[in-house]
Amino acid sequence: MPLLHIAKLSKRYGTDKYALDSIDFTVATGEFVAIIGPSGAGKSTLLRCINHMIPMTSGDVLIADASTKSMNATQLRAHRTQIGMIFQHYNLVNRLSVIENVLHGRLGYKSTAAGVMGWYSNAEKQQAVEILQNLGLSDHMYKRCDQLSGGQKQRVGIARALIQNPKLLLCDEPIASLDPSAAKIIMDTLKDINQRLGITIIVNLHQVDVAMRYAQRIIGINSGKIVCDAAPHSLTPDIIHEVYGSEAGELILDFGEQHAHA
Amino acid sequence: MQANTTIIVRPWNAATVILRTTIMSLIIITGYAFTTFNTRDVDFWAGVDMLGSNFSALLLTPYLKNITFDVMIRNLFITIGLGFLTTIFGAAIALGLALLAAQNLAPRWLTVIIKGLTAFVRAVPTVLWVLIFAVSAGLGSVAAVLGMTFHSAGYLIKAYAESFEEIDNGTIEALKASGANWWQIVFQAVLPSSATALLSWTFLRFEINFSTAIAMGAAAGAGGIGYDMFMASGFYLNLHEMGAFTYAVLAFAVVLEAGATRYKASLRK
Amino acid sequence: MHTLDFFTKKRLSFGLFVVVLLGLTYVTIIFTEYNVAKGFTSIPKAIRWATTNFYPDAASLKKLPSILLKLRDTVMMSVASATIASACAFFVAIFGAQTTRINVWFSVFARGIATIFRNIDVSAWALILLFSFGQSSFTGYFALFFVTFGFMVRVLIETIDEVSTDSVEALRATGASYFAIIAQSVVPSCLPQLVSWVLFMIETNIRSATLVGILTGTGIGYSFDIYYKSLNYHAASLVIIVIVISVLAIEAVSNWIRRAVL
Ligand SMILES: Nc1ncnc2c1ncn2[C@@H]1O[C@H](COP(=O)(O)OP(=O)(O)O)[C@@H](O)[C@H]1O
Ligand SMILES: [Mg+2]
Repeated sequence: MPLLHIAKLSKRYGTDKYALDSIDFTVATGEFVAIIGPSGAGKSTLLRCINHMIPMTSGDVLIADASTKSMNATQLRAHRTQIGMIFQHYNLVNRLSVIENVLHGRLGYKSTAAGVMGWYSNAEKQQAVEILQNLGLSDHMYKRCDQLSGGQKQRVGIARALIQNPKLLLCDEPIASLDPSAAKIIMDTLKDINQRLGITIIVNLHQVDVAMRYAQRIIGINSGKIVCDAAPHSLTPDIIHEVYGSEAGELILDFGEQHAHA
Repeated sequence: MQANTTIIVRPWNAATVILRTTIMSLIIITGYAFTTFNTRDVDFWAGVDMLGSNFSALLLTPYLKNITFDVMIRNLFITIGLGFLTTIFGAAIALGLALLAAQNLAPRWLTVIIKGLTAFVRAVPTVLWVLIFAVSAGLGSVAAVLGMTFHSAGYLIKAYAESFEEIDNGTIEALKASGANWWQIVFQAVLPSSATALLSWTFLRFEINFSTAIAMGAAAGAGGIGYDMFMASGFYLNLHEMGAFTYAVLAFAVVLEAGATRYKASLRK
Repeated sequence: MHTLDFFTKKRLSFGLFVVVLLGLTYVTIIFTEYNVAKGFTSIPKAIRWATTNFYPDAASLKKLPSILLKLRDTVMMSVASATIASACAFFVAIFGAQTTRINVWFSVFARGIATIFRNIDVSAWALILLFSFGQSSFTGYFALFFVTFGFMVRVLIETIDEVSTDSVEALRATGASYFAIIAQSVVPSCLPQLVSWVLFMIETNIRSATLVGILTGTGIGYSFDIYYKSLNYHAASLVIIVIVISVLAIEAVSNWIRRAVL
């Protein structure tokens, strides 16, 4: 049974041209999928349609074969709790401590009052501590988030997603604001989460080489349409040209080769 | 042939034109303003002449005559109390309504309505609010508190709503994506992120309300040290006593301002 | 456990903050003898009264020309005091700002004087100045002038230090003279901010002028006071409407100018 099925999904902002144009694909449980494409292609829009952060224009998103098209507020919250999301700019509440930010991942499971007052059970706090330990952040648990480095902040973002006990992680350019070594730590962490916990991961990337190294499957998008959906080793220069347009594709390929020789 | 072309060093553009026009208009209006002054046969130069001796009487020889020092301090604290109460009440009202006036938290039509109403509330000077309430509540502390609360709420709703609008939309998005609802987002992300901004605005409003409380004592029967000043000026005609009151008020205002400056500096670190 | 301590401590300190605030409020209510019950009952009473009595009628409209004349006086006084006080404050601020001061002692002196001027409320200034200028426009003018001057010295010192420190250093390095530096660097870089603050003070002064007018018997405040005391509430409400319209209009014009010059 596929975990996620995107069926003829289209999205249009106002009366602009379609940001997503009849997207169709299926993701099985445990997959690690990378979505690549030039900026403005519609990668972020696609992720946000999956967890209904933005309403889709037509089509459907099915989780375990169940349609998510018409949900009431309660169902929508339940839907979102199953899906963790990780952001380019981490999107933490900077003035709160690391552990409080992690526990925010539990809000979807809570009554309004408990969430408002910040009442978390001991089991939840215990889980937060464990996740932070696993991500190597136990020393920073009570620090305010604005005292952390970018790589540390992103790990807090990952912890916040993990404590949701998600089936699926959506990552929107998680390493675009990080230096190479921090980026590697984050990508290794995601890989580890995928393999050890069996959590399905969809990650938007703009670095083709990173996508090729980590993903099992690469989906290329251009102008709101899927232009390729293949395993990394079957990605040819032609396909990359098609995803990025010829000139940018050239640059990316040159860059990739230099890396290969180095 | 550079010689006969003029090179423009400071080119004209819309911004400079508007800037210069504004400055010219201000100067012209100011010049015209003096012709509209109601002099009531008061001799300007005699007044200026008197200013020096009046200031020295005020600042160099302050003493109390009609009330005791204890009463003066008590009245100063009544004024402070009025400023404090109206700030707290105004802040409580504003906190609720500002959430409905912030564009990132409430539907657009609602924000427009609330912002429009608060703009109206703010446009009416505080003293007039107090006098309006005084018709049904009588001149005194009740009318003063209601009127000042009203104006404070109008001011703080705008300030708070703008602080809410300034917070990073990403954090709201992140909590929404994890399934949090509106109330949870407000209490877990919006309020913690804007807490220091809210505190600064509230403190600033307290400074304003302290001043306003003096004025309401003088102009709207709210009591406190403002009323003492009004009596010293209009009834006893005693500059020396006025001096004592001025020092009392100045001392507290300077302490407040220093506190606010320290608080802001500690935030910047 | 450490985690528990963290949350307990946080909750305790917030609880303490709330308790202290409520306690202070309670003490203040007792001390100022504020009648809470009367406060609450007065609001519906005031609304009922306002809807039945507080609106302009046909007879009050005849007073409009004389009200507008008083409004003109008030606006003129506000503009004149704001403009002249700001011009004076700019000179003093140049000698007071760290970037441009010629002498530390003068700087300290300028800041001290400004602190005194702005921290005596405008109503107190009016009462003091009544001794010198009686019930004339000069009293209100000087009251507004002093407060504006004190306020502007402070914000202009901050502006100069913020906006022109770098360019002053650059011009000093070219060997420019003191007055050349002021004219070519400080004035142009601060002028938009200066104008923006003058507009802000005009808005503030119109509100203050209403109050001062009640105390000194001039301008629109005097109009309101007369109608109010003679129980002519229809005319008094017309005064308020006129004030509201002019304040909102001036606010709109200032915002427009601000957007254009800043
Ligand atoms: N909130 C929005 N309103 C209008 N248009 C938008 C909005 N967000 C994205 N778009 C448009 O949709 C297209 C896809 O954007 P996006 O999904 O952000 O691309 P990517 O993440 O691949 O860079 C772009 O043309 C962008 O301009
Ligand atoms: Mg994007």
